[in-house]
Amino acid sequence: MNHPLAEGFFRMEKLPHIWCPGCGHGIIMASIARAIDKLGLDKDKVCIVSGIGCSSRAPGYMDFNTLHTTHGRALAFATGVKLANPELEVIVIAGDGDLSAIGGNHLIHAARRNIGLTTICFNNNIYGMTGGQYSPTTPTSEKGTTAPYGNIDKPFDITQLAIGAGATYAAKTTAYHVPQMDKLMEAAIAHKGFSLVEAISICPTYYGRKNKKGSAVDMMNFLKDSFIDHKVAEKLPPEKKEGKFLIGEFLNKVEPEYTEQYDKIIAQLKK
Amino acid sequence: MAKKVKFLQGNEACVEGALMAGMTFYSGYPITPSTEIAELSAEKLPRIGGKFIQMEDEIAGIAAAIGASLTGAKAMTATSGPGFSLKQENIGYAALAEVPVVIVNVQRGGPSTGLPTAPGQGDLMQAMWGTHGDHPVICLTPDSVKETFDLTIRAFNLAEKYRTPVILLTDEITGHMREKIEIPDASEIEVYNRIKPNQGDEYKAYKVYDGDLVPKMADFGSGFRYHVTGLMHDETGFPSNSTKNAGVLMNRLMAKIEDNLDDLITYEEVEVADAEYLIVSYGGTARTAKAAIKTLRNEGIKVGLFRPITVWPFPEKQVAELSKKVKNILVAELNYGQMVREVERVVKGNCDVRHCGKANGEVLTPEELIRAFKEVL
Ligand SMILES: Cc1ncc(C[n+]2csc(CCOP(=O)(O)OP(=O)(O)O)c2C)c(N)n1
Ligand code: SF4
Repeated sequence: MNHPLAEGFFRMEKLPHIWCPGCGHGIIMASIARAIDKLGLDKDKVCIVSGIGCSSRAPGYMDFNTLHTTHGRALAFATGVKLANPELEVIVIAGDGDLSAIGGNHLIHAARRNIGLTTICFNNNIYGMTGGQYSPTTPTSEKGTTAPYGNIDKPFDITQLAIGAGATYAAKTTAYHVPQMDKLMEAAIAHKGFSLVEAISICPTYYGRKNKKGSAVDMMNFLKDSFIDHKVAEKLPPEKKEGKFLIGEFLNKVEPEYTEQYDKIIAQLKK
Repeated sequence: MAKKVKFLQGNEACVEGALMAGMTFYSGYPITPSTEIAELSAEKLPRIGGKFIQMEDEIAGIAAAIGASLTGAKAMTATSGPGFSLKQENIGYAALAEVPVVIVNVQRGGPSTGLPTAPGQGDLMQAMWGTHGDHPVICLTPDSVKETFDLTIRAFNLAEKYRTPVILLTDEITGHMREKIEIPDASEIEVYNRIKPNQGDEYKAYKVYDGDLVPKMADFGSGFRYHVTGLMHDETGFPSNSTKNAGVLMNRLMAKIEDNLDDLITYEEVEVADAEYLIVSYGGTARTAKAAIKTLRNEGIKVGLFRPITVWPFPEKQVAELSKKVKNILVAELNYGQMVREVERVVKGNCDVRHCGKANGEVLTPEELIRAFKEVL
């Protein structure tokens, strides 16, 4: 028997998906579907836009208006969709490379405009689709096929980048912390204005293998042990926080949304 | 109905035409000598409930236009040389995903930043071959302000009809020149709108149903939940690795153009009936050619002009026919030889073919063209 969520929100005939066993991307995709379900959105009014990458294949499996664009450009296409029809709930799915390397410029400008798009970054710290090259979120000294001696770049914190650029909702979670992820997803989609959820994913095939991180289960355990909610962390003594990464909701504020501002101009001119 | 007479720049006429054709969305990035198109769109669109957005670069400009088009909007983006280079990847996307969009390139001088305020015609081949992979292309070039108006409308109509990006290739000459133009009443203008599926009908997003030229295009949000991708896809729109399927799709995309040349190709002929010599020229440079032909005719030389208005697909049949009647063809264009290659290709040695051009940011003067012509004589 199929899962009711799958029946309601996925294109069953397009499954199974292309992802490797143990890949974290499917967990994040399912969380997006649960959030849409929870919010009771009209499927016909949901548009999911992606770029190019393993993560960007998700929209093809999802039963909405779906747009698989060019590498890095999902937010720019999505901006056109949203501005032309603000009635649509537009969700952007992007890998860390897609969103913060080739698409970095579109990310900061979409955030700056505070346009009503929800961006879900599937961050596996590597270029998965092209076979394991280092990305802007690969930690320093880790390896990729193009960083055989260790990465000397400094990584981006995508959540902080979005906040710095003007996003009005920003959160980070992981593929292990599913109940938290579900809540953040829901809040981000419900948010008016530019929202971003950075979901740490795992790529056992390339990142894991290249950096000797063990099996997919080992990588999941790493997420479980190394990430804690920043509100929980606040109450912990410093020694318990050492080496931990913070997750949770980092920003949630109200500011004028771009398409509404534009509609005000239209209304003004009609007078 | 009284006609509105205006004194407009080519770039302004482009916006007037776009609005007449039903443009409701513009997204782009400013660049000389195309900027007036963005400025006027920014002013006019919100007045009719349309949308304008200045994006962060030209890649985003065309991307947003394609996104808007998928919701049912008629969308345009305008640029020049460097920006046209940046748009190439997504022009290919629109061609493969079959999304109507109009791209205006007001050509300027030179490669790179070149001569921003000077004319050039160096992007003719880029308009055809700029994006990677084989793909259909429709590209139109006006030689006057009025024709810029007319061809902008035609560009939208063809984009809607053929579900493909259409390039309006103007140049700094026609873009910035001012001429008197009569704006026709909306009732006199033929506007084509894309065919949409009916609610309740079976809908495969990339299937051509009987009697149609292209697949029906549903607006995002109208109840047909379908998938759009730049990967090779099947009739449902979903990615497919099948080479057989890719062949079917590519053949269909190319045939849209190749099977409809008579509908797509327009051109102007001046004094060709008795011509012994032919000048081929297009866009702003065709104006020089028209002046040169007048002078040469006054001297008793039987010379005519063939001006492709549709430059892609190239009017092969027409040029090939003419090449059998004349002794020589001189191709005049502001570059080191682009259209001349097409002319040579289709003339197949029927007559002598020469080139007259330059790319230093100056226009070609009638005197220069006459000198070049007389060297041929
Ligand atoms: C313009 C362009 N450059 C490069 C590529 C090749 N490419 C495809 S996916 C990708 C990176 C994918 O990594 P990421 O966005 O992190 O997603 P993941 O596959 O890891 O989910 C690259 C470089 C491309 N398709 N287009
Ligand atoms: S390569 Fe990595 S990111 Fe891509 S599907 Fe496999 S595990 Fe997932």
